[in-house]
Amino acid sequence: MRLIDVALNNLARRKGRMALLVLGLTIGVATVVTLVAITETMQADVAVKLDEYGANILIVPKANDLSLSYGGVTVASAAFDVGQLTLADLDLINTIKNARNISVVAPKLLSAVTLGGQQVLVAGVRFSDELRLKQWWEIDGREPATPDEALAGVRLARALDLRPGSELQIDGHTFRVAGILAENGSQDDDILFVDLSRAQQVMTKPQGVSLVEVAALCTECPVEDMVDQIAAVLPQARVTALRQAVTLRMETVGQLARFALAVSVVVVVIGALVVLTTMLGAVAERRQEIGLFRALGFRQRHIVRVILSEAALVSLAGGMIGWLLGMVAALVLAPRLANVTAAVVWDPLLALGALSGALLVGLLASLYPALSAARLDPTTALRSL
Amino acid sequence: MIELTNVTKTYNGRLSPVHALQGIGLKVAEGEFVAIMGPSGSGKSTLLTVLGAMNSPTEGQVVIDGIDVYCLKSERQADFRHEYVGFVFQQLQLLPYLTAQENVLLALAIARLPKAEKVARARQVLAQVGLSGKEDRLPYQLSGGEQGRVAVARAVVNQPPLLLADEPTGNLDRVTGVQVLDLLKELNAAGQTVVMVTHDQQAAAYAGRSVSILDGRIVSDQT
Repeated sequence: MRLIDVALNNLARRKGRMALLVLGLTIGVATVVTLVAITETMQADVAVKLDEYGANILIVPKANDLSLSYGGVTVASAAFDVGQLTLADLDLINTIKNARNISVVAPKLLSAVTLGGQQVLVAGVRFSDELRLKQWWEIDGREPATPDEALAGVRLARALDLRPGSELQIDGHTFRVAGILAENGSQDDDILFVDLSRAQQVMTKPQGVSLVEVAALCTECPVEDMVDQIAAVLPQARVTALRQAVTLRMETVGQLARFALAVSVVVVVIGALVVLTTMLGAVAERRQEIGLFRALGFRQRHIVRVILSEAALVSLAGGMIGWLLGMVAALVLAPRLANVTAAVVWDPLLALGALSGALLVGLLASLYPALSAARLDPTTALRSL
Repeated sequence: MIELTNVTKTYNGRLSPVHALQGIGLKVAEGEFVAIMGPSGSGKSTLLTVLGAMNSPTEGQVVIDGIDVYCLKSERQADFRHEYVGFVFQQLQLLPYLTAQENVLLALAIARLPKAEKVARARQVLAQVGLSGKEDRLPYQLSGGEQGRVAVARAVVNQPPLLLADEPTGNLDRVTGVQVLDLLKELNAAGQTVVMVTHDQQAAAYAGRSVSILDGRIVSDQT
């Protein structure tokens, strides 16, 4: 017989009351775990969907007198005289502190050419990056497969009567139109997209880059931090944060996270009150027994240890069951309520947090009942004396 | 062994203070069997709790084995109870969900002894009170006399110098009461100091000395 055996015996004897206590803690922990897991999943979902939302950082050369509009954003125009940004600069972007948060780096070389008697904006791009960045693009035809193939915006195609398979001559180089972009209401409708390296040859700007679009997500820090980091490695460039849908969604997730925190605090307080009242009731029921313990020479701290051991065991059980239920609830609810496609992650830290949180709440809420039990006067508690 | 000097205990009553003990002076030698007698409300149970380091006197001094008990801090008083005092309660106070052996082991729960030694001691003392083979029975599976013997076994398993019994036959039939008194007598014969509170003359006859209390004062002390 040890103190822990005394605690275990009491738990076994008061199965009903302790089961209710475990249930209360389970509901509390499950609620918090569900909210946290769904919030984490939504954050992961934002990262997964980042590509679909496009770029949120724009890098252009600093000093250019001309300007042009691209994607609804007015940028410094390097359209006809590029030189301050090069492909080598792109490597520097990947050296920033938050490089792991960069999803896509899409450089562009812009130039105006005359085609069919009209001024046309030609954008040299890396199609692999551009297509990742603009997953909303719908192509009539197919994606370019060789450096000599191009994609034409729908309005440009109409103006020049271009179809998949049409050929274009730009400064003596022949490009074949692989596909026509469906109308999306952006500047892309008016642009001819060609391969970046071929554009650099045609425009005699080897390594030249007019602007760089970057898709990045930083859940731990604002996108402005990454803008500052890129600006630090590219002092010759102007780096701008674009407020895109992803940013808004991140804000929404942030609001949900704050809501989850507020609900969690309420749930924790209610859980603590349930533990407090249950343990106070249990102590009141056991006054005589505690009096006996004291008469047998148990110190006050022995009584505290017995009560807190019971609370710890019950809390750990509530934490474990609550975590499991919470994760199951998150698995079921996340796709339905939060419209997320990312998988709910079985995060060991969340399990640890659920267990330690339940333990902490259980112990803190049981401290007062334990201390009042320890302070019981043995002669009063043992009514027979 | 025990020396009480001018011990007074006053409770705050609803209307006026209640003087449970008034100037008690008492000496009990090691190995004595003392019966403290008196009618209900005379203060005899209060005296027992004062002797058991559970009830601090309003005035006076309680010295047991040279230790001024109420000069000890609260936690040291608990240690004192554990090391020096064994209690047999009127209601026996056996925990119904523990077996006879576990009830006895409860008194050793805080002792720094290996588990095997605790169990060996509990079984030995249960054998001593005639309960061999019934160690694993729950209290309701034992007769009243057997329950009384478990209570005595729990009181002495820690080998305390002083055994205090509060109306140990109060809730038992005559035959069972006699069994428990015989057991106390046996323990006393083996050198155990016993102080027993009772209002029963026949129970008091088992003790070598009878101290009568009335209104918190000792009115007679007969050997």
